[in-house]
Amino acid sequence: MAGNPNIADTKTLKEIARALRCDILDMTTRAGSGHPSSSFSSVEICTALFFGGILNYRSDKPDWPERDRFIMSKGHAAPLLYAVLARAGFFDKSELNRLRQIDSPVQGHPIQGMMPGVEATTGSLGQGLSTGIGHVLGARLNRLDYRVYVLLGDGECEEGQVWEAAMAASHFKTDILTAVLDYNKYQETGPIAREMALEPLVKKWESFGWEVFEANGHDFKDLLKKLNAAKSEKQKPSIIIAHTVKGKGVSFVEADYTFHGRALKGEQAKQARKELLCG
Amino acid sequence: MRVGEKAGLKESRPLRDIFGEALLEVAQQNEKVVVLDGDLGNSTKAELVRNKFPERFFNIGIAESNLTCIGSGLAACGFIPFIVSFSSFLLCNAYDQIRLAIAMSNANAKVVGSHGGITLGKDGPTQMGIEDFALVGGMPTFVLLVPSDPVSMRWAVHAAADHVGPVFLRSSRVAMPFIYQKDTSFEIGKARTVREGEDLTIIGCGLMVSTALDAAAHLADRGIEARVIDMHTLRPMDSEAIVRAAKETGAIVTAEEHLLTGGMGSNIARIASREYAVPMRFVGLADTYTESADPDDLLVKYHLTAHDIVQASLQVLEVKAGRAK
Repeated sequence: MAGNPNIADTKTLKEIARALRCDILDMTTRAGSGHPSSSFSSVEICTALFFGGILNYRSDKPDWPERDRFIMSKGHAAPLLYAVLARAGFFDKSELNRLRQIDSPVQGHPIQGMMPGVEATTGSLGQGLSTGIGHVLGARLNRLDYRVYVLLGDGECEEGQVWEAAMAASHFKTDILTAVLDYNKYQETGPIAREMALEPLVKKWESFGWEVFEANGHDFKDLLKKLNAAKSEKQKPSIIIAHTVKGKGVSFVEADYTFHGRALKGEQAKQARKELLCG
Repeated sequence: MRVGEKAGLKESRPLRDIFGEALLEVAQQNEKVVVLDGDLGNSTKAELVRNKFPERFFNIGIAESNLTCIGSGLAACGFIPFIVSFSSFLLCNAYDQIRLAIAMSNANAKVVGSHGGITLGKDGPTQMGIEDFALVGGMPTFVLLVPSDPVSMRWAVHAAADHVGPVFLRSSRVAMPFIYQKDTSFEIGKARTVREGEDLTIIGCGLMVSTALDAAAHLADRGIEARVIDMHTLRPMDSEAIVRAAKETGAIVTAEEHLLTGGMGSNIARIASREYAVPMRFVGLADTYTESADPDDLLVKYHLTAHDIVQASLQVLEVKAGRAK
C-alpha cells in the first residue's frame, strides 16, 4: 500500500478495531501464549494513529526517512503491533499465523529489523521513549519533517528510564514527540494503585515539562481530538493519558486481570470470538 | 620502572586523550558521526567534539539508559552515534538497553567504555571497568576492540566508525606507550604479532601488550624468546593466530587488565583447547575487586606486571619441557 494512510470515519475505525481484536485473539490463541489483554486495551489508540489520519507512513517503503515514527514501548502488546502493521499493508496478514513459531520473524516481543514497520526492539520495559527522543534529534539533524509517537504502558512508568526520558524530552524541547499512555490501571500482578501507585500522573508529567491531555482511550472522537491537539503543541513534548480497560472487548477478560500474560484457549477463545463477532 | 621502559617503548599521553582526538577526526571526516555524552565528556575527552561540532554533540546527562536508547534512535535515523561514558557506568547501568536497543537491534552504534581496567587508580573500584570484556562478551553481535597504544587507538576509533554494526571500544585513563609506527595497518579480527619468538607466546591486550613486551625483554635476558601477540580485537577473535602460536611455540601465557573469569584468556583457552591444546597460564585479576591507589601500586599488588608475566612464562615453559620428556 503506497502513499498516505487511509483516513477512516469513526464507524470504519470501530470496525477496524473489532477486526484487530479478532486478529490478536486468533494469533495468541494459535501461539498458545502472549498478551491479548494488554493488546486489547491499546487497540483504539493504535487504530486512531494508523487509520485515523494521524500517522504519515508508507507501507511499501517502511524505511521512508520522512515517515512518522511509531514506537511500541510496551513490547508485550506485540500482537497488536503486528496486527496493525499487517492491516496497514506492511506485510501479508498470513504472517500473523507465525507468531512465536520456530524460524519466524514474528517474535514474541518486537525486534527491530525483523519485521517491516517495527521501529525498535522492546519487551524490556521503559526504553521506547528514549529511543523516540533519538528519532526527534535525528529529525533535527537530518532536517526532516516528521513526528514521533511512543506508546507507553502504565506499569511501564514504574521504570526509572521513563522519567530520565521525560526529563530529557522537555530539556530538548521535543515538540514533535507525543507519548500515549495506555492507562488500563493494571500491571501483571494486580491493580496499579495497589502494587505501585502512579498517581498523580497528570501532575507528574506536567512537572516534567510536558503538555498533558487526558482522553477516553476507547473513544475515537476523543482520541483523535487530543492527538490532533498534540500536533499543534510548540516547544513542549506532549502526552495523552488514555484511560482504558484492560482486556477491552471481551467481558470475562475485562473482569480478570490475571489474563495479563495468558492466551485464551478452547472454550474461552470460542466465547471471546463470539463476543467480538469474529465470524 | 614504567610500563614499556624495559622493552624500549616511547612514552605517550593518556589513552583517553588520543581517543578524544581520534573522535574529533572521525567527526570531521564523517558528518554522520554524532557524540552522546553521559556528562563525563571532560574525563572521556569526548568534549573535544563538543567544542568543534556542538550541533552533533549531545550531553544526555547522568542517565546511561536514556543515553543508550537515544543513541539507538539516532542510529536508526542513519547516524553513527558514539555513546561515551565510563565503561562501568555504561555497561552496568545500561546493560539491558545496550542489549536490546543496540546488540539485538544490530544498531550501527559505537559504545565507548572509558576508564577500563584498574589503572584509573585513585578513584577506586566503583569507577573501574574490570568486567567489560565479559559483559560485552554476553552480547553476540558486538565487535569488541581493545587498543594497546596511541596508534591502535586511533585506528580503533576509525574502524569503529567504518564498521557497520555494534562496536564496543575500551578506552583508558592510563598513558600507554607507543608500540606501533604511525603507518601500521590493522584489521578488525586480525591479531598483530609485535614480537617474534619460538619458545612461548604471550598474548595480551590493552596495557598488557606493553607489559608483555617488557616481560619478553626480561625473558630474552635469560635466553628465552617469547612471541608477543596484541589481541586488539576480542571479538571476532583471531583463532588462526592462536592456533599458529600454539603449534609453533607450544605454550601460551595470556595477560589482560580484566577479571580472569570471562576475560580474554578464557576465550583464548577455549579456542586453543579445541584446536591445539598446549600448556597455558593466565595473568589477570583473580576473583577480586581492587582498591583506591596509585596505578603502579595497584598493578604490583594485583599481579599485572612484567614480573608476573615472567613468572607465568617460566611456569608454562616448565610444563612444556616436562611434556617433551
